[in-house]
Amino acid sequence: MKNYDLVIVGGGPAGLAAAVAARDEGLQDILIIERDHELGGILNQCIHNGFGLHTFKEELTGPEYAQRFIDQVLERGIDYKLNTMVMDIAPDKTITAMNSTDGMFTIPAKAVVLAMGCRERSRGALNIPGYRPAGIFSAGTAQRLVNMEGYMPGRRVVILGSGDIGLIMARRMTLEGAEVLVVAELMPYSGGLKRNIVQCLDDFGIPLKLSHTVVDIEGKERVEGITIAEVGPDRKPIPGTEIHYDCDTLLLSCGLIPENELSSNSGVELSPITSGPIVNDSLETSIDGVFACGNVLHVHDLVDFVSQEATQAGKNAARYILQGKKESGRKLEILPVDGVRYTVPKYIRPDDMEDTVTVRFRVGDVYKNKAIATYFGDTQISKRKKQVMAPGEMEQVVITKKQLSEYPDISNITIKIEEA
Amino acid sequence: MEERHLTCIGCPMGCQITVKMEGGEVKEVTGNTCKRGDDYARKEVTNPTRIVTSTVRVTGGHLNMVSCKTKTDIPKGKIFDIAKALESVEVAAPVKIGDVVMANVCDTGVDVIATKNIRAV
Repeated sequence: MKNYDLVIVGGGPAGLAAAVAARDEGLQDILIIERDHELGGILNQCIHNGFGLHTFKEELTGPEYAQRFIDQVLERGIDYKLNTMVMDIAPDKTITAMNSTDGMFTIPAKAVVLAMGCRERSRGALNIPGYRPAGIFSAGTAQRLVNMEGYMPGRRVVILGSGDIGLIMARRMTLEGAEVLVVAELMPYSGGLKRNIVQCLDDFGIPLKLSHTVVDIEGKERVEGITIAEVGPDRKPIPGTEIHYDCDTLLLSCGLIPENELSSNSGVELSPITSGPIVNDSLETSIDGVFACGNVLHVHDLVDFVSQEATQAGKNAARYILQGKKESGRKLEILPVDGVRYTVPKYIRPDDMEDTVTVRFRVGDVYKNKAIATYFGDTQISKRKKQVMAPGEMEQVVITKKQLSEYPDISNITIKIEEA
Repeated sequence: MEERHLTCIGCPMGCQITVKMEGGEVKEVTGNTCKRGDDYARKEVTNPTRIVTSTVRVTGGHLNMVSCKTKTDIPKGKIFDIAKALESVEVAAPVKIGDVVMANVCDTGVDVIATKNIRAV
């Protein structure tokens, strides 16, 4: 087995952009390892449009967006292995992987980019009562079946959860002739983007019931009916509010979780909030030379931001290999408070950071006419008013090296939601 | 003056747009953060349109389905007709991004084009 300096785990949008950036930084020996039979990751099944407005200034579908990056990887002659599963990443960055032609093999990498993406929360993790018949799918599984394999999972559909994939699949299955009866959402607000509520539900008259959840699944062989009920502020079903639907299919779109089994086995420190690695401004994890980007780091709404983030991770991984690690060691923690749930990155190295660092985060509730405020120590640096903020939409703050250099004595940065 | 409140679908930002109208004519568009939002709002209150994305069957390819889209937006009222028209379409591999899968779909003057490369196998 050929040795590689940089191994990128995952050939989706994050892995592809990281590989391109690492090569453009001058690094030669790069390998992308992908477990599916083609590059592109989840974009291959996201056939809807709306991708790439930031990156390419045009509105692309998922497969088109993926192809732009696949082409860049191919043009640069970057190596990749398909149908290959990474089994382990050791703390010393030795990668153990396997496929049906090479068998099991190891690569002693000098740096690693984690780009494994995320997975959907499953029924088992949701504690939904009722039988366990056929006909219960995660929204993403249904998406793959319909869009790539050409199978319809069902004809009369109830969707639990208003995540974007669920909304997109409500429209998709409607267009393919299914009847989508209702989308039920446990929370009092939607988990998906507003535009998807408009163009996937409103356009087709599909009702969205907020503060509702599934309380029963009927049918022993196949789903025959679903009962939903309203939930109170404690998110417990309210007796007497049950509504029954005759249907053959239940789709679950109840959140995405970064896929970090490999990271956590390698000893990378994970955030209990994002379930992704804790990183500094170079997107380096708690292990030297291990970087993370894309949905494995924290779940994004926009692939454009995944590509931007991955470009940084790839570039920094290449620099780590080519230049070695040189840093002053000074780092500032970013404290997320008053409605800000977390930030990525968590640490900024004021002496070693790029000229600007984009700090991305999510809020914990719906906020109207509030402001995002940034403090260096106790001094307010910026305040930006926002009409609406919601957990389903990622926010960002840009911090510049120049700004930070004016505050050499602070020990932390605070980002919070406050009165406008 | 009549006011309509829209959520822009131009990109995932989902800007909240307010359109002021008088006698069926757009007087003012506010709340958008780019030109696309202005275009969307004007269209949405007069002649709403959408891009339709779907899949059609492929023969002899590395996958059974190829994803496709209307090359430009089409009248919202034609969405179902187009979805129906695409049901019976079958193309042969290889397929390249941009290949016409169905020309002038439902007399809209708009072609449906492939959005994925499919290798012949």
